[in-house]
Amino acid sequence: MYALVDGNNFYVSCERIFRPSLNDKPVVVLSNNDGCAIARSNEAKALGIKMGAPWFQIRHLADSHGLVALSANFTLYGDISSRMMAIAAALGPGQEMYSIDESFVSLDGVRGDLIRRGHVIRSRILQWIGIPTCIGMGSTKTLAKLANHIAKTAERKPGSYPDALSQVCNLSALPSDTLKAVLEATEVNEVWGVGPRIGTGLRESGIHTVWQLMQLDPTTIRRRWSLTLEKTLRELQGTPCITLDDEPPPKQEIACTRSFGHPVTEQSVLVEAVSEFASRAAEKLRKQHSLAGQLLVFARTSPFRPGTKFAKSTVVPLRRPTADSAMLVKAAVAGLRSIFKPGILYAKAGVMLLELQPDTLVQGELDLEVEDLEERTRLMTALDNLNNRYGKGTVLMASAGLAGEKRAWSMRQERRTPRYTTDWNALPVARC
Amino acid sequence: MLLPIAAGKIKAGFPSPADDFTVRRQDLNELLITHPTATFFWEVGGTSMTGAGIHNGDILVVNRALSPLQRDIVVAEIYVYFTGKYLYKRQGRIKLQAADPTFPDITFKDGQVMKVCGVVTACVKRFRQG
Repeated sequence: MYALVDGNNFYVSCERIFRPSLNDKPVVVLSNNDGCAIARSNEAKALGIKMGAPWFQIRHLADSHGLVALSANFTLYGDISSRMMAIAAALGPGQEMYSIDESFVSLDGVRGDLIRRGHVIRSRILQWIGIPTCIGMGSTKTLAKLANHIAKTAERKPGSYPDALSQVCNLSALPSDTLKAVLEATEVNEVWGVGPRIGTGLRESGIHTVWQLMQLDPTTIRRRWSLTLEKTLRELQGTPCITLDDEPPPKQEIACTRSFGHPVTEQSVLVEAVSEFASRAAEKLRKQHSLAGQLLVFARTSPFRPGTKFAKSTVVPLRRPTADSAMLVKAAVAGLRSIFKPGILYAKAGVMLLELQPDTLVQGELDLEVEDLEERTRLMTALDNLNNRYGKGTVLMASAGLAGEKRAWSMRQERRTPRYTTDWNALPVARC
Repeated sequence: MLLPIAAGKIKAGFPSPADDFTVRRQDLNELLITHPTATFFWEVGGTSMTGAGIHNGDILVVNRALSPLQRDIVVAEIYVYFTGKYLYKRQGRIKLQAADPTFPDITFKDGQVMKVCGVVTACVKRFRQG
């Protein structure tokens, strides 16, 4: 059995934790320079804003409908993500972080009422960090993912599915007639692994619902379509073909994480581990011809062992989008060193690449970046000279910060909220 | 920063009695943050809680995992902002009270939303920096 725990409109939900004024408003989070919507609140979805909609096309909604657009605050999302993952890990014995807002948890050997357990974890995530989630469960990862979609849709559009499936949905616990009705009400393109092209092909062959797809014969599917679709079909029929930590097709983030066989305490061992994770992630990144703009690294204790609890992550912005292993490993190690605490029994660590973009897209900008880098190098040299002459202190800190901000961020951060949870100068204020 | 004192290598002779101890200094995080995953910080803006030892500019340590009890100091979300106040919770009535009685209680009518974000478990104040 698997569960998929997924944050609802995750980036927007992160923004709402420290900005109550965003509640009940249409909110979108924009990608960097493209200015596309990469997360939408339910209210924004209701305005008809599509995923990936360019900002200039929806900008008018700010005046007419009070649409709020924010620049992505990956530092904040990374911290909230690692907290969410740590809480979700208590659901079962194994966890795979699939993306910044989704993790698969294996439920093998977990006894008792799984749905109730799911609701407990869901409420805990909501109370402890303020993030609403939905949990889907099923005998395979594909079914868990589908169950998650049903749990989300049942919550967001009352009446689309039975109310009991809202927020937490376990497809394995449904009576067969309810299951049939639910799968008949679900379109085939909602299935994990059925892309737009296969979806269109299936519909042209008269297969519109998940239920219809499930009635087909796997061997026929392989002959007619592909091995991948056969695998998906077998998963839908309840035969696990994709195990935990298997690599599904890449998404907006690339993650590489692992639970250690034995608890690790040494920094050097962790450094080795995250270096390997970063190089593996870099390979995947290059394979899909992408560059990463930011890198998240985390380390934590086991949720099941007694003793000091520790779960920390940090997001390292890269000087420029890169797929260079050396750069990514360097960033991962620097990040790890900054969160490492001695005397802790680390059970898991990982690296996640964020803010991915096609490597072709940045090519044009590279020339500019090179110039920028040279300028930055000159600037840094000048600063170092100043500091050598007048001593280390505020000159370096403020200027370095400003230079970094200006260089990498001026476009992206126009609408960025403060880094509430990682910067002492950015705390939210409580009126007293 | 915790620095375990590494055990020295003994080549010969009487072993150092300190070898068996790896010392860990007191860590304020352990004292103030018992629940790291659910702990967040807010900065104090205002003087209504001075009587409770909470001054303008202090940093509140807020544990969201605790269930708020009567007379807890809480950070609550009201309208579009956060406030730090005593929680009054009796006979089904809920209101927020300042430590300074000249500030009016914040009460809620039916349908008004007040969300307790978490319980203030500590208040950090610094007198001189550096």
